[in-house]
Amino acid sequence: MSENLAGHVKFDNVGLRYGTDPEVLSNLSFTLYPGSFYFLTGASGAGKTSLLKMLYLAQAPSRGAIRMFGQDLVTMPRSRLPELRRHLGVVFQNFRLVPYLTAFDNVALPLRLAGTEEKKVQRAVGDMLEWVGLAHRAHAVPPTMSGGEQQRVAIARAVIARPRMLIADEPTGNVDPDMALKLLRLFEALNNRVGTTVVVATHDVHLLKKVPDSLIMRLHKGQLSDPTGALRYPPKPGGSSAP
Amino acid sequence: MSSLPPLPAEAEEGEPALERPKGRAAARLLPPQRLTGPIPWMIAILIALVVIAAAGGLALRNLSNAASSSLSSAVSVQVIEPNPDLRADRTAAAVKVLTGLPGVTAVRTVPEAELVAMLEPWLGAGASSGDVPIPALIDVELAESAGPAEVARIAEAVKAQVPGSRVDAQGDFLVPVNDALVAVQWLVFAVAVMVALATAAAVWLAAKNAFVAARDTVEIMHLLGASDRQIAAVFLRDVLREAVLGAALGAGIGVAAVWLLGQQFAALGSGMVSGGVLTLTDWLVIGAVPLAGVLLAGLTARITIALALKDML
Repeated sequence: MSENLAGHVKFDNVGLRYGTDPEVLSNLSFTLYPGSFYFLTGASGAGKTSLLKMLYLAQAPSRGAIRMFGQDLVTMPRSRLPELRRHLGVVFQNFRLVPYLTAFDNVALPLRLAGTEEKKVQRAVGDMLEWVGLAHRAHAVPPTMSGGEQQRVAIARAVIARPRMLIADEPTGNVDPDMALKLLRLFEALNNRVGTTVVVATHDVHLLKKVPDSLIMRLHKGQLSDPTGALRYPPKPGGSSAP
Repeated sequence: MSSLPPLPAEAEEGEPALERPKGRAAARLLPPQRLTGPIPWMIAILIALVVIAAAGGLALRNLSNAASSSLSSAVSVQVIEPNPDLRADRTAAAVKVLTGLPGVTAVRTVPEAELVAMLEPWLGAGASSGDVPIPALIDVELAESAGPAEVARIAEAVKAQVPGSRVDAQGDFLVPVNDALVAVQWLVFAVAVMVALATAAAVWLAAKNAFVAARDTVEIMHLLGASDRQIAAVFLRDVLREAVLGAALGAGIGVAAVWLLGQQFAALGSGMVSGGVLTLTDWLVIGAVPLAGVLLAGLTARITIALALKDML
């Protein structure tokens, strides 16, 4: 079993508690391999969002160790977090678009924060909005957009900088089945063509069948189970399924 | 949504450079004009107060220095003798003694008419009637400062030849006035420090409130890869813009007030007041007040935002 150590994400006996409450996540040990497509499932309250928060570096673990792209998150200085975060694309459950920025400026944020030349930002964001079918809404602000439109802006923002890992929290929760399928195809395209590791949290079991090569991690009361061997095996070369 | 669009060049090349957003890009990161409200006006008022206080303090210092320097090397000799003829003789003898003393550069007998004019406001017509004996007064200029030893040496020499004479350093008359002026200067300094603290507190509150209001956006920016430095720079940009606006306004009001006060005092035509005229250096110091205000506002905002960001992951 060969591992791309620089590209993987490894949780080792990780636990998370908020304040003095009991742990919401316990004993999480798994590895996410580069270029894989993972579904994170579980009932509401199982801890999916908490796990995703740790993955997109919004929450530090209460115990255990996390390695991401060769970095030890526990010992890494806080000043290096921005650099690591720029390798991540996140689609938040409630989109978290900046309400006073236009769709264009929301999508441009990751590139502008990375110091990309404005001329290139203009071209890349224009192309990206075209890609998600929102070129005509480039100057609209989120409060004037539908849920589906906001979701596509959030996705465009998440993928504009070609992240090494895309994390999506219930990305199809606010869209109709056709749009949900389109979004999944978009994630697959990113996974297949750019090699981005994709982690999608969903409680919609129908979605799981739409991406045949995906791996499934299941959370139940803060503990992980492993119905597809996602946590034990790296994906096959050229695909993303476990043996 | 079938195929991914081309990548921006930086993303293709790997690690993008950590740069601070500039110009329009920076303006698009946080809500525009977040600090609008009373802050520029507060800074303007505080800067105006410091400018007026600083100008007052510097004018008082100049006044004190001018008075001290003109009197520090001067000595007054009084010849106290009721008999006018005898007084004239003794005055002439004192002038002779003083002229011969080493270190004395000028000796001038103050004319009686000048003395009468000086005393008339207190003595009324009696000053010129001759009923009230007025001592003769001799102004003596020394090459060096009239210290106690120098005054004692002159007094000994004069008294040996002119009984009933009295020698005083003119600077001694100004000691209480100087003490009062120094106290006022300290008061001005204390006012400037308090106003600086008030400015810092106002900017601290404004920056903290602005940060709290934009906290959700800041969190999103953090998660998208913004560094603390980038976020602080965007806040700082707004704070500095408002501080510059307020400081310019305050400096304008303060300088105008100082100029008007200067005109009022100049109209008095008093020789003492003319010693308090502000020099070019003084104006440079006054000009530094708004700059210091802007720097203080910027520093306060930077510290406030840095502390707030430290609490976030």
